[in-house]
Amino acid sequence: MLAGVYGTEQDRVEIRKAYALDKPFYIQYALFIARAARGDFGNSYVNRISALKLIMERAPATVELVTTSAVVALILGIGLGVMVSLKPRSAVSRLIMAASLGGISIPTFLIGVLLIMVFSVYLHILPPFGRGETVTMGFWRTGLLTWSGITHLILPALTLMGYQLAVLLRLTRAGMREVLTEEYIKTAWAKGLSARRVIFKHALKNVLIPVITISGLMLGELLAFSVVTETIFQWPGMGNLLLKSIYDSDQPIIVTYIMLASVVILSINIIVDILYAFLNPRIRYD
Amino acid sequence: MISHLLKSKFLHDYLRDPSVLVGSFILLVFILAALFGPWIAPQNPYDLKAISLEDFLKPPSWMAEGEAKFPLGTDDQGRDILSTILYGCRTSLIVAFGVVLVSGSFGITMGMLAAYYGGRLDALLMRLADTFFSFSTTLIAFLLLGVFKQKGVLVVIIAISIADWVRYARTMRGSVLEIKETAFITAARASGAGDMRILLRHLLPNALPPIFVVVAVDLAVVIMIEATLSFLGVGVPLTEPSLGMMISIGKDYIYAGMWWMIVFPGITLILLVVGINLFADWLREELNPKIQ
Repeated sequence: MLAGVYGTEQDRVEIRKAYALDKPFYIQYALFIARAARGDFGNSYVNRISALKLIMERAPATVELVTTSAVVALILGIGLGVMVSLKPRSAVSRLIMAASLGGISIPTFLIGVLLIMVFSVYLHILPPFGRGETVTMGFWRTGLLTWSGITHLILPALTLMGYQLAVLLRLTRAGMREVLTEEYIKTAWAKGLSARRVIFKHALKNVLIPVITISGLMLGELLAFSVVTETIFQWPGMGNLLLKSIYDSDQPIIVTYIMLASVVILSINIIVDILYAFLNPRIRYD
Repeated sequence: MISHLLKSKFLHDYLRDPSVLVGSFILLVFILAALFGPWIAPQNPYDLKAISLEDFLKPPSWMAEGEAKFPLGTDDQGRDILSTILYGCRTSLIVAFGVVLVSGSFGITMGMLAAYYGGRLDALLMRLADTFFSFSTTLIAFLLLGVFKQKGVLVVIIAISIADWVRYARTMRGSVLEIKETAFITAARASGAGDMRILLRHLLPNALPPIFVVVAVDLAVVIMIEATLSFLGVGVPLTEPSLGMMISIGKDYIYAGMWWMIVFPGITLILLVVGINLFADWLREELNPKIQ
């Protein structure tokens, strides 16, 4: 493959030797571990440059997309969930619940394609692909500082957050509905506490534990669906690179991506575990 | 007697909840369409003799250039959209039920054993579950299929199941742990029942209700995962029908205004998942003793 479509048999043999692809898999694995321990994940088979560098170049785009989606989904999901649980019978709440059923029932890729169809093809208000103008700050290329960068972010971010937003909303609502019928909430009301205090301090704090658990798991999902979203919107991020590398069998890139994703997911899980202790004093280790 | 009473309460609630009735109706239509698809579809879109490239990109029949032969139009290969949707639903449902069967039976067994025997098996299972959950089923299935470059319905079922079974194992474990210490299990042990008998005759049937909700939710989730994988081109091969792949083909033609290649399979996919979710929502509330 490296030799190209027109490579001769001799080219192939030489390349196999150069990349140690002629050795048994356990030797290849040992070589890989030895190099990875030194921070060298090998070169991309396609571009012949360091896989890690290639991925890090693409990382800012993905980080901006994923963080924007996660933050907005968290704030809106919890906020709307509380709102809906307080007035379950109002027209607005019913509308929000119906929309959230849509949110968990429409796969991410379909949301993306439909958004492009409505906002780019028919209404012509938002750009359908790319990242727009970016500003380079040191090693970080950001799209958040230009107007064009922000308009380019809207559709992909909406696509990526849709499902998570709906899940968080429904979870918060279900939790609030259960908690609001508990005795200690009735006590809190009877004590004459303000509505704000009862809802946020007494009720929501207890609901947040499962919500935080889910948001910790959200990251893996967001990374998975960033592949989908980036492909649809031709967003120049890591997900897009991963899919291309899978088509091209570019193993070093795939392996490096998996390693990086594991590190990020593990770190987030540790942070979530620490957050637990803040929310629930019963599980503090002391 | 008790199960009889429960059944009648179930039936009573079921018949009085409009959303679950709508959901079940949608689901029933889809299952019938999937079962009898090959007989009701106007064309077999994967029989090369039945399709003709000359019919490519025809709009739905009510539009100016449409033909009565193709009620919902055709795609870039001249395949009838309606027929392809019928065949695609079949794939969606086969994968969904296949995954539920494979990962459900494996997950339930593992969850039950882990909860009953505890110890190392339990610890291993929980760590595995944590890992799989934080990577998400979609990402694991996508990477497996992408790295091993295998395609096909069976391969997709296996790839999704590898990541999906922990969902069942975790629920089953929690459920068994809850009833393991109850009096009737102690009584069964006191009356001389062996491990096997306690597991299969006492724990399994009593620990199952929460699993029903997981099954319902999982059917919807798996249908979406399969569509996503096929959309990305790592799921079922081009020679097999899939709603995700139809949308992926249609995506290349949206700027040309050929909306029917996306909208019809899209609506089908949404209806299918909404139907299942309506049913799952109802089941969850019905089986939750806290909200009555």
